[in-house]
Amino acid sequence: MLEFKLPSLGSDMDEGKLLEWKIKPGDRVRKGQVVAIVDTSKAAVDVEIWFDGTVHELLIEPGATIPVGAVLATLLAPGEKLGAPARPAPPASRRKISPAARKHAEALGVDVETLAGSGPGGAVTLADVDAAAAQRSSVKPAAVSDRQAEMRKAIAAAMSRSKREIPHYYLAEAIAMERAQAWLSEANAGRPISGRLLMAALQLKAVALALQKYPEMNGFFRDGAFQPFAAAHIGVAISMRQGGLIAPAIHDVGEKSLDEVMRDLADLVKRARAGSLKSSEMSDPTITVTNLGDQGVEAVYGVIYPPQVALVGFGRIAPRPWVDAAGGLCVAPVLTASLAADHRVSDGHRGALFLAELRDWLQQPEKL
Amino acid sequence: MTQDELRKVVLATLLSIAPEVEADELRADKPLRNQVDLDSMDWLNFLLGLHEKLAVDIPEADYARLVTLDDVLAYLGARVR
Repeated sequence: MLEFKLPSLGSDMDEGKLLEWKIKPGDRVRKGQVVAIVDTSKAAVDVEIWFDGTVHELLIEPGATIPVGAVLATLLAPGEKLGAPARPAPPASRRKISPAARKHAEALGVDVETLAGSGPGGAVTLADVDAAAAQRSSVKPAAVSDRQAEMRKAIAAAMSRSKREIPHYYLAEAIAMERAQAWLSEANAGRPISGRLLMAALQLKAVALALQKYPEMNGFFRDGAFQPFAAAHIGVAISMRQGGLIAPAIHDVGEKSLDEVMRDLADLVKRARAGSLKSSEMSDPTITVTNLGDQGVEAVYGVIYPPQVALVGFGRIAPRPWVDAAGGLCVAPVLTASLAADHRVSDGHRGALFLAELRDWLQQPEKL
Repeated sequence: MTQDELRKVVLATLLSIAPEVEADELRADKPLRNQVDLDSMDWLNFLLGLHEKLAVDIPEADYARLVTLDDVLAYLGARVR
């Protein structure tokens, strides 16, 4: 018998509320399948299962709040047989509704049980939620401010823990971006709007490639020891329009083309803002990248998101005085990249080499 | 398409990306990105939305001309059928 436990959905989350089961006893499930939707202080998360099996029993009713690590369901391993019949399933969730619509409804304070769904199979859609919200004379502000207060609390807990436990060191490097900008302009000139790249995609790929040489920036510090990861699952800091932020992962960035990284980034930002993320995206970022360049700052010195051990920050690309290779003074577009890293795992010397590697990758955009 | 209809499409597209915007409070002659919190991804999605609704292609080289809401309306007005 296999136990399916509530996975950690980030270090700032120690419990969640089960919103909905996507499976019932007798169902066969595959690794990676979304089996439940769990609400956290930050978002409604599609929880994926990490093994194959057949559902035996669902142990938790929708609506219950459960701690991380609690057993949610039992499953039979492939090939396993059981004599005793399974108990009947708890009543299935009444409403068919997408996580995005559910999130939206909650933000607006709309009760989904009262809605008539216009989607396939009577599913409640985002438009249904909007229509219901528009019909009411006033929207409950409490729902939104509660959510914001919860998110603020979660961020406070994670960042306090980070500053308490992680001895940060900080480094910064100014990087000439003339080549990267020229390459990007040329690449985008031949592309439709839907296929255009943002500089953020180049930055993420460059970070992933630099990590291959400096793995001590990529992984988790847990139980007194560092566990490096071979794959770069880069958490992307995404600010929410109502305030707060969330940093879900793009998986295997080092193995992806720039087009794939861009497509994943666009998709991730969209789903993060709609409140529809997957558990694997929340639980396994191995490093975080934050980009505050659009807000106009020159540099950002980040706070590491535990149990990760490093955070890379990018500021604005702006014209600045620059000394070129021949020693002449010129004006060039310059980006300040910073590294906040965990001194328990690496030293400034290695951090400096990592930033130099990152700088070198950004000088060869055609190789990204 | 009249200038009024165009304006409605542009504002609706903007609101779909930045729902907190009060359309009445926008100054059409002031830089849009000083008034609305739009990062590069939001901006790309804004242009993508306009492209999908109006079938107007907006090359990246033209981004620098699209500073104010008036700029956007004039640019699209000259190209939309």
